[in-house]
Amino acid sequence: MSAGARLPRWVDLGLLPLLNLAAAFLLSGLVVLAIGEDPIKALRILVNGAVGYPEAVAFTLYYTTNFILTGLAVALAFHAGLFNIGGEGQAYVAGLGVGLVCLYLDFLPGFAVVPIAILSAAAFGAAWAAIPGWLEAYRGSHVVITTIMFNFLAAALMTYLITNWLLDPAHGAPETRRFAGHTTLWTMQQMLGWFGIKAPRSPLNAAFFLALAAAAFVWIYVWHTRAGYRLRTVGSSHKAALYAGIDPARTIVVAMAISGALAGLMAVNEIQGAQARLLLSFTGGYGFVGIAVALMGRNHPVGVCLAALLFGALYQGGAELAFEMRNINREMVIVIQGLIILFCGALENMFRPTLARLFARQGAA
Amino acid sequence: MEDLVLQTVSLLASTVRLAVPLILCALAGLFAERSGVVDIGLEGKMLAGAFAAASVAFWLQSAWAGLAAAMLVSIAFALVHGFACITHRGNQVVAGMALNVLAVGLTAVLAFAWFQEGGKTPALADAARFRPLQLPFVAEISTVPVLGTIYARLLSGHNALVYLTAALVPLVAFVVFRTRFGLRLRAVGENPHAVDTAGISVARLRYQAMLASGALCGIAGAYLSTAQSASFLREMTAGKGFLALAALIFGKWMPIPTLFACLLFAFADALQGRLQGVALPGIGVVPVQAIQALPYLLTILLLAGFVGKAHAPRASGIPYSKEK
Repeated sequence: MSAGARLPRWVDLGLLPLLNLAAAFLLSGLVVLAIGEDPIKALRILVNGAVGYPEAVAFTLYYTTNFILTGLAVALAFHAGLFNIGGEGQAYVAGLGVGLVCLYLDFLPGFAVVPIAILSAAAFGAAWAAIPGWLEAYRGSHVVITTIMFNFLAAALMTYLITNWLLDPAHGAPETRRFAGHTTLWTMQQMLGWFGIKAPRSPLNAAFFLALAAAAFVWIYVWHTRAGYRLRTVGSSHKAALYAGIDPARTIVVAMAISGALAGLMAVNEIQGAQARLLLSFTGGYGFVGIAVALMGRNHPVGVCLAALLFGALYQGGAELAFEMRNINREMVIVIQGLIILFCGALENMFRPTLARLFARQGAA
Repeated sequence: MEDLVLQTVSLLASTVRLAVPLILCALAGLFAERSGVVDIGLEGKMLAGAFAAASVAFWLQSAWAGLAAAMLVSIAFALVHGFACITHRGNQVVAGMALNVLAVGLTAVLAFAWFQEGGKTPALADAARFRPLQLPFVAEISTVPVLGTIYARLLSGHNALVYLTAALVPLVAFVVFRTRFGLRLRAVGENPHAVDTAGISVARLRYQAMLASGALCGIAGAYLSTAQSASFLREMTAGKGFLALAALIFGKWMPIPTLFACLLFAFADALQGRLQGVALPGIGVVPVQAIQALPYLLTILLLAGFVGKAHAPRASGIPYSKEK
């Protein structure tokens, strides 16, 4: 079968994803052309808006933080053969974990309350993902469908809790009061200030390093621990796992829980880092972007970080693009995102047979 | 008494109106999933259809032209889905996801660029919309107590797409369970190898199913933007495609039970508006969100086997290749 043809490693991991990405961007350019704007100019504004000046870089990295975490969540679950579409809901519920700690445990000193809030986010996210995991493992309900349903449940639950119980009555909007200063994360501006570096104000905060640490954790966990070996074995074959004495059901629940915890950490960046208060719909679709990030990053932490950087740049540059070009709005980024999911995910094998033929001929010559 | 009848009838009539897009999408999903293609792209196809319908209905001042455009665009989306997961054996869930994301982005970008109204399409005149139709003899029958009210307000007074949907449900049931195509469709979703061995093309059958799925989602989209509302609004499908998917599962992938699942979910939707802030005896005020969450909760319970058992078509989700 041509789709399974073997390719040199650099083609498989480098050229093929780049080709798919190029196809996605080419089509995006055609969309820009179709609405009567200049794609080259659009690209220039996008790049400048994403990395052209210090503030832009900071915003890009702030978005990147979200995407690394939600991307890792999808990637880790993938290795266990699970498609976790529920990152959005898991991060949303994790926001509750952060919010409760920062609102009600703020009598504790900063060095206690900050880590407790982070752990609480991970725990809430893990719990929200572990239920679909348990349903898949022990009741045979497909995790794709249940995580979709859990996204809607999370939205209903959080809207109810925020608008009925947690909101600050003194405030017009459906959001909680601001968290006390010592419960929130250091901003990048603050941290660079320690070294005498002047940085612009931005939502970029210490959660960026948390995301990088999470990427390192996923790399170690999946490829360098026994638990990770179990996870990958279950991902490739339940039968083989059983034969090797691995309990697939247990492994699935654990994998989903860790995946949910990773998605949950996104709430740390948004709620504890950038917003300092809990508000409605703060997840803003970042959980779904994680799917595109994982697909593009080939489910490897390094790939996920690079893909997250690309999407961070797209989100930040896209805002600039909508500002600069009269005919383009922010949703242009969503078009690009959709095309990337299509070409890097669903159509990932489209160029493979052609490439395989090309390289086979070269090998023969 | 007459007041109670009136209220009940009005509740049921809005149930019907809310159920229509769910029913159409669920039937679309039924074709796709019965053929072995998991379709989480219902939402995106419906959204793309809604935008196409509103745009073309505005340009040509014709609701029917809008409907045709919606079906074509939605079919085009379905064919992309098919191209990815049938021709190239890509991941069906990823492909569906891609279509959903793409539809959200494209409709907003194009609406913004073409109409300059901040992402919506211009309001449609009545002539360019599907308007309520009166069934014959309404004036005469409506004077009859109870039955007259039911006839005038529940059966009559809907738009053409509602009646079309009512006709489509038995038609789909007939096609899926009483025709050769239906038999093959169900077979290809359960055991594609057997169908292949019988000399019938698996890919062709699945593409046909995707065509049907696209056409039905297109009608659902046109209903949203040219019958229920008078323009396209950003993300106006608001999760209805996923709710329809839940209804399809709840109806165990069968047309008639799926119809009832859609009606049940739509009833919950119609009820929530009326229950807002009303204290029920013995329960108190039910939060709106609890009613909104109910369909998803029920579907999860069903999938988990706590209330009955739902079996998906066995081959759904698995790309077909001859060699395996």
